[in-house]
Amino acid sequence: MAKLAYERPIINRISAGIPDKFGMQSRIRPIPQIEGLSVEELMKKHGSPLFVLSEKTIRDTFRSALKAFETRYPSVQFAWSYKTNYLDSVCRIFHQEGSWAEVVSRFEYEKALANGVPGNQIIFNGPHKTRDDLEVAIENDSLIHIDHFDELYTLLEIAGKSVTKPKVAIRVNMDTGIFPRWERFGFNYENGEAWDALNRIMLSGKLDLVGLHTHIGTYILAPSAYGMAANKLAQLAINLARKYNHHIQYIDMGGGFASKNTLKGAYLPGTDTCPTFDEYADAITSALINSEIEPDHMPTLFLESGRALIDDAGYLLGTVVANKRLPDGRRATIVDAGVNLLFTSFWYDHQVVPAVISSQHTENTTIYGPLCMNIDILRDAVMFPLLRPGERIVVPRVGAYNMTQWMQFITYRPNIVLIDTEQRIHVIREQENQNTFQTSERIPQYLK
Amino acid sequence: MRIKKSVAVSENGFVFDSSTGDSFNLNSIGREIVELMKNGSEQSEITQKIVERYEVEPAIFEQNLMDFQSMLKQFNLMEE
Repeated sequence: MAKLAYERPIINRISAGIPDKFGMQSRIRPIPQIEGLSVEELMKKHGSPLFVLSEKTIRDTFRSALKAFETRYPSVQFAWSYKTNYLDSVCRIFHQEGSWAEVVSRFEYEKALANGVPGNQIIFNGPHKTRDDLEVAIENDSLIHIDHFDELYTLLEIAGKSVTKPKVAIRVNMDTGIFPRWERFGFNYENGEAWDALNRIMLSGKLDLVGLHTHIGTYILAPSAYGMAANKLAQLAINLARKYNHHIQYIDMGGGFASKNTLKGAYLPGTDTCPTFDEYADAITSALINSEIEPDHMPTLFLESGRALIDDAGYLLGTVVANKRLPDGRRATIVDAGVNLLFTSFWYDHQVVPAVISSQHTENTTIYGPLCMNIDILRDAVMFPLLRPGERIVVPRVGAYNMTQWMQFITYRPNIVLIDTEQRIHVIREQENQNTFQTSERIPQYLK
Repeated sequence: MRIKKSVAVSENGFVFDSSTGDSFNLNSIGREIVELMKNGSEQSEITQKIVERYEVEPAIFEQNLMDFQSMLKQFNLMEE
């Protein structure tokens, strides 16, 4: 007689009367495939852990964002936020779709040039630009977004000796009714500092003031805040037109659109609370169109969204290493991918699901990474099915920031593969090895 | 260690501990194991019966059984 299928014995306490807000229990939906390719096969071939990016999702997401804005406003230009994910292949997909580059350091600036972005399609943001950085940006006709007065004075000094007139914008920080306010970047709107900076630029005659920029924060769930920000930038543009008869070419609303990940402590899941591109687009374009900017001088709308464009396209695949029982009875599952690879798990309750499951029985589980560090926790508490060592897990929506902020701590960073639109797999960043580190280390003679 | 006398288990795996008022649910194998323990079966006997009936290696089952019994202790369903 054939034996019955085995499922490990489970006992769960029934806590009647305290169902969570979504009901007693939600069903676990495994992710056995990405873009039609088996998770197991991907990992057999390219190792564990493994980052996987879907080109189709990148392109589809970008196009839906572009459509949301282009159907509402006459002139729209996206600039890919390099810091969100600066893998060359990813950047090139965005550039193919028409994105310019938005960089915040010389490293990123050089990457953009190497990716074939023309200098005049690179926006140089950020609080740290050296004199040399500024000179190179001027030479390449890039758009320099000034962060503070010291940078403005350095630019004026360089401009005095340069044959090329630097193209500049100022970054403006402001109260948009949300918290926290990102006051450390740029010039303040409410106290008149931004207007003061604009006057100095205009009166100097040495700089070509082409735009106005703001970036109100990150993971902004209130589209109305963007409406308020666009309104304030429009007011500055109107003041410039009135006082100097100078019409700026663009208004750059920065990024900060939320993704569908769930922030720690959030009451509802990100999939329910994340505004759509249409909602952001509606708030921003309505504010600009309804402003007093003359119709003949409507500036191009620049957007530097990063997270919302790439998060959904990234997956982190890992393998269960072991299961443990903690002293308080909680179950602990150790996997081979931790906070070293999933930096965003410090602020998101990432969805972690098995690639395949044999049982819908779940247990309150803490999912730990492989590091010998107490903080290496992927999920504090999640109802998770019982997986055996060697079984695979999938963390979806990890495309933003993880492949730039990851840490090389006690282990090698893994392969990153891209699944193209025809389901072909390409390794776009190879797993590190001893050579990766030995090439940049130098041992003094007496230690050899 | 054995299952407390105050613990009742229904056919569909519902567990009620009349001494504390706590209730639990078991999956099918969990229920079989609790029944075997209530009937006084030893560890080796439980392993043998389960391995005979189900598609599982004895070593894996023993590990799962230890974990399961630690949860029974955790939930205060066992006594000396």
